[in-house]
Amino acid sequence: AERASLAGVRHIVLVLSGKGGVGKSTLSTELALALRGAGKKVGILDVDLCGPSIPRMLRAQDSAVHQCDSGWLPVLAGQEQPIALMSIGFLLERPNDAVVWRGPKKNALIKQFITDVAWGELDFLIVDTPPGTSDEHISTVEALRPYQLLGAVLVTTPQ
Amino acid sequence: SSSSGDEALRDKRARILSRGLPKQKPIEGVKQVVVVASGKGGVGKSTTAVNIALALAANDSTKEVGLLDADIYGPSIPKMMNLKGNPELTPKNLMRPLKNYGIACMSMGFLIEETAPVVWRGLMVMSAVEKLLRQVDWGQLDYLVIDMPPGTGDVQLSVSQNIPIAGAVIVSTPQDVALLDAHKGAEMFRKVHVPVLGLVQNMSVFQCPKCKHETHIFGADGVRDLAKTLGLDILGDVPLHVNIRETCDSGQPVVVSQPQSDAAKAYLKIAMEILRRLPVPPA
Repeated sequence: AERASLAGVRHIVLVLSGKGGVGKSTLSTELALALRGAGKKVGILDVDLCGPSIPRMLRAQDSAVHQCDSGWLPVLAGQEQPIALMSIGFLLERPNDAVVWRGPKKNALIKQFITDVAWGELDFLIVDTPPGTSDEHISTVEALRPYQLLGAVLVTTPQ
Repeated sequence: SSSSGDEALRDKRARILSRGLPKQKPIEGVKQVVVVASGKGGVGKSTTAVNIALALAANDSTKEVGLLDADIYGPSIPKMMNLKGNPELTPKNLMRPLKNYGIACMSMGFLIEETAPVVWRGLMVMSAVEKLLRQVDWGQLDYLVIDMPPGTGDVQLSVSQNIPIAGAVIVSTPQDVALLDAHKGAEMFRKVHVPVLGLVQNMSVFQCPKCKHETHIFGADGVRDLAKTLGLDILGDVPLHVNIRETCDSGQPVVVSQPQSDAAKAYLKIAMEILRRLPVPPA
């Protein structure tokens, strides 16, 4: 039952940077769109709990997360071959609500995003991370350990 | 009556909950703390913090200014202030801040190898932040500028719960996603009762060095609109100028290396606006 949620995902790609503001979310979004354009089924998991940018980038910020038997349903963005999204941005009461959480609470939600979301059949799941090398990153990698993690893409500017 | 009973219950609950929280205690010798935060990464917090600290010192040479780099994961202050090396310990076992351009600095970057990552969970980060706040021999400082990491999490909570903060400056670019995070940053400070002095609009406009044509790379005036929504002031506007980034990368921030430049003047103005809004310092 634990494997069920990501069992249908063929490849998982992490997008990391260390430094903030270099374009991780932008790249994650564009990468997802490019892969979809190549005929692949794609999902984006946004584990940036403090600054979720993905909903806005795909103009899905007004969408809500629904439940099904096997857990949360990802938000589908786009009409043709929609991209499956999960982000804390969809769970906030108002888009400007601040999420001021310490590590343990963040870890719990990230685990839920990975084990309790019905991702279905996807060719690629792109994981957009926040800046830094902290709780979110450690928890994400630990929770993804049983799955086929393809690898990580590191984004940086020349500065 | 039931309403006074409810209130008594609420007060009792608040008192019990606050027992677990750290007590706010000022740092010895430090008169006023100004934090520079944003919510969003890469908008120029460190660059702004460094130049504000230098501007505060340039504005009044009788004032002592310190700079604390609270970005445990990506400490930028050592590079920007051209400082390197492990801090010495005083006889009282406190770390001696490293000094350059008259500013006393402390950063995680002085405690680890330049390329070593800090892959820590929140709990360890809290203890590291405590050390950087209290186990440092700051001496007598009029102002301590704290450069915060991006986000609204452990470090921000630890700092605001541990020490009294005179004011917070929120830096943002005009870009929509940056503003979204800046809004959250402002909300966070409201939640922890830290006064927000105002917003800094960073990277507002780019002027081509050849033809002088201006481009608003990150959008125009987004920060002004956010300021209006939040009822906050704009402390200043800093353009996207190659100079600012180059001087920081080379450890010679623009306020000290090119004090007559427009960029330096912009930071000096921001420092003045901060001073105008800070409460009268304790004697």
